[in-house]
Amino acid sequence: MTNAFDVTDLHVTIGGSHILQGVSLEVPRGGVTALLGRNGVGKTTTLRALLGIVPATGTVRVMGTDVLGWPTHRIVRLGVGYVPEDRDVFAGLTVEENLRLAEQTPEPHYDEVYSLFPELRARTRQRAGTLSGGQQQMVSIARALLNGWPLLLIDEPSKGLAPRLVSELAEVLERVATLSTVLLVEQNLAVVRRLAQRVVVLDHGEVVHTGAADELDDPVMARRFLGVAGAS
Amino acid sequence: MTRARVAVALGAIFAVFFALVPFISLHVDWVLPGTVNVVNSTGTLEVLALCFIFAGVALGYDVMFGFTGLLSLGPVMYFATGVYVFDIALTRWNWPLASALGLTFAVSLVLALVLGAIALRVSGIAFTMVTLAFAQAFYYLIEDNPHGLTGGDTGLALSTARLPAFMSGAVSNTRNLYWIAFGFLVLAYAVVWVVTESATGHVFVAIRENERRLEVLGVRPFGYKLASYTLSSLVATGGGVAYILLIGTAVPSAVASTTVTLSILVMVVLGGAGTRWGAVTGAILYVYLQQYLLKVAAQPSFATLPSFLRVPLSQPQFLLGAIFVLFVLFVPGGVAGLVSRRRTPSLKQLVAGQRRKQ
Amino acid sequence: MTVFLSLTFSGVALGAIYFLAASGLSLIYGLMDILNFAHGLFMTLGAYAAWDAATHAPASWGAPVIFVVSLVAAVLGGALAAGLTEVLVIRPLYGRPISQILVTIGLDLAATGLLLGAFGSNPQSLPVPLWMMEASHFAGISLPNADYVAFAGGLVVLIALEWFLRRTRYGIIIRAGVENRTMVSALGINVARAFTLVFVIGGAMAGLAGLLYAVVFSGELVSPTQGDSLLIFAFIVVVIGGLGSIRGSAVAALMVGLVQDYTNFYLGNHPGMAEIGNLSVVLLLAVVLEWRPRGLFGSAL
Ligand SMILES: Nc1ncnc2c1ncn2[C@@H]1O[C@H](COP(=O)(O)OP(=O)(O)OP(=O)(O)O)[C@@H](O)[C@H]1O
Ligand SMILES: [Mg+2]
Repeated sequence: MTNAFDVTDLHVTIGGSHILQGVSLEVPRGGVTALLGRNGVGKTTTLRALLGIVPATGTVRVMGTDVLGWPTHRIVRLGVGYVPEDRDVFAGLTVEENLRLAEQTPEPHYDEVYSLFPELRARTRQRAGTLSGGQQQMVSIARALLNGWPLLLIDEPSKGLAPRLVSELAEVLERVATLSTVLLVEQNLAVVRRLAQRVVVLDHGEVVHTGAADELDDPVMARRFLGVAGAS
Repeated sequence: MTRARVAVALGAIFAVFFALVPFISLHVDWVLPGTVNVVNSTGTLEVLALCFIFAGVALGYDVMFGFTGLLSLGPVMYFATGVYVFDIALTRWNWPLASALGLTFAVSLVLALVLGAIALRVSGIAFTMVTLAFAQAFYYLIEDNPHGLTGGDTGLALSTARLPAFMSGAVSNTRNLYWIAFGFLVLAYAVVWVVTESATGHVFVAIRENERRLEVLGVRPFGYKLASYTLSSLVATGGGVAYILLIGTAVPSAVASTTVTLSILVMVVLGGAGTRWGAVTGAILYVYLQQYLLKVAAQPSFATLPSFLRVPLSQPQFLLGAIFVLFVLFVPGGVAGLVSRRRTPSLKQLVAGQRRKQ
Repeated sequence: MTVFLSLTFSGVALGAIYFLAASGLSLIYGLMDILNFAHGLFMTLGAYAAWDAATHAPASWGAPVIFVVSLVAAVLGGALAAGLTEVLVIRPLYGRPISQILVTIGLDLAATGLLLGAFGSNPQSLPVPLWMMEASHFAGISLPNADYVAFAGGLVVLIALEWFLRRTRYGIIIRAGVENRTMVSALGINVARAFTLVFVIGGAMAGLAGLLYAVVFSGELVSPTQGDSLLIFAFIVVVIGGLGSIRGSAVAALMVGLVQDYTNFYLGNHPGMAEIGNLSVVLLLAVVLEWRPRGLFGSAL
């Protein structure tokens, strides 16, 4: 079976700064691959380049299809759900409208989404801008899951959530990972250990390490890959 | 270094050539815009003088738009200030020339500082809209003919009583007015050159490229933006003074309407925003073509063309608008971009600078 | 009192036309960051389409039918012009907002020049049913029927637009796109279609505005530059209301229409104040921006 994502020699330059300097990585089908690195090394930019949101050079294959230069919506329709770093729910739209917007298949998986996030069912008419941070994260994840797509890009889902919410979230993502291939950017090491099978480490716009997730059990390795931020 | 020397030498050659044009009584067919096909005929000199005036104004505008990245739609207000304040001081109040000039630039300076400070409170598109609204208000004010000063729609002819004899609008003085217009362009060019090459000028470009980064470095962009806005306004005012001396009458639709602003913008983009000689070239081409096309359309043989050709070709506004659309689509760097790809910041880069600010 | 009421109502009618012109501009700006200078052109072309249809329709149809035909022509003409503009000149410049603004300026200059070449600067007279100019009495005030038509037109469009934006999938896409275009495409939606759609909708409303303006405020005359003067006020309405907000446009359009009407009537007769209506609108803009730089309903700028 082809890999979920094959990226070779990805370069991104924004406003004169060379942010990605030849990122190469493979994400096999199934399970969770974690993309790690210090703040500002280019993890978010890598995801955005995969989706064609920022222009890039190199090659990007999604399930074997060369998608570099495609418009974002076509890449997404190959079957990629995206949960962006800052949730990016549409604040002026209701929860229902946020979800409705994400519908791309004739039979959206509302039952599944509502069983993962029962709280949302009661709030369909509420404007997303008035939801709490955790609830907004639910909407954002729900949008990505609605179509039952095989691939998911999830960027720092635990950012800014209370510890209890983080473990609830990890539970949800564990269930999600049984159905889809996930490329996960995450700073919370506990979450990474619990979910990921593989890790890819970025530094200074390049991949500096690829390996199995249990390497992170070694605190020296963990500190090396993640810097101060990851030493938990 | 050599590049710069070549540029200076070329500039000097052009300057000497244009300064000597009034002495060239050569007969040239086809290309001249005046009715008489002689290089130093009154008609041709007048058109060239108009070219120089707008070249100076466009250059000033380029400091603000091309170098600093501020898309103002209000330059016509300062051009009209030059035209009307000078005209009113001489014609209505019978002031001497020096006082009239002093008043004109003082009014322009105060207007630019006050309105510029208000408009620069907002950025991006809102700034553009506010400058447009102010200029429009100014136009209404002139049309309104407050206290009978501006003459409203009928306009205000310049009284030459207090002007030195060589400046009066007599046909024999056309070459003097030509030199005045040319002198204005040379002066504007010198000022813009000095400013854009100075440390301040580099801050202008940095504002265009990335205003945020500048703030991080501890530079407050506001003062620089206001300076850029004010400089470009004063240059436009100078152009207005030269214009009223040359044309001799002020009419709101010709010197104060938004169409003038749009023409200036078109000139700068055609020539290449963000370059000095590009703005000058764009303006000269624009004004020259406009006048030349009018002359062509007035030829008797023109009337024999079928209407699907005659109608569009008789309208310089159509032809120049269409050329402009094609340039924006296919030649984003303008004429300057075609000639030297290396030094011209293309519109694409200008835009990139704008977007990063958001 | 009746004078004041009549004045209020005609101000509202003027506001309705400003709303028609401004709401499309506002949507286009909100979704695409384009300050669309060609919007005045769409108004002018709508009015010319109406004139063309009305002068070519057989007289036997009767004035009311002919007027309806010209109304449809104005809407279709504006929509067609706007759709073509988006596809032919805006689309190649996606991602370059300043170039897009410039290209709409060039288009406006070129097309207005063409109209001037074809029709001269003399206005054309639009055939309109006599009924339009007759006065109706209503709640103690008496105004030409055309004013009521303009008001009704604005109201119907406001309701239809709100319905479209709240209830239909494309409406939701447009509202979402005004907030965050990138995220809309990251949900698998082709935003470019929404771009064309807002241009078409904006153009249709502009065409209608052009026709109603000619009927109500310029003595049934259609001229090549009439859209340009309307455009400036539409811009001001958009900025006051807040870029990208339909409700903001509606409220601001009413404010501008009323302010213009009142000041014109009460102050415009004084010597040297003929343009006081226009000037006070600009003053209103300055006041609103000083107080709320984002406009009344603007969220972000
Ligand atoms: N639009 C942009 N303009 C300029 N610089 C940018 C832009 N987007 C990202 N960058 C820079 O690129 C670098 C990488 O950013 P990116 O968001 O990919 O980092 P990250 O690894 O996701 O960081 P974090 O862990 O903090 O989310 C940063 O230095 C950032 O400042
Ligand atoms: Mg990130």
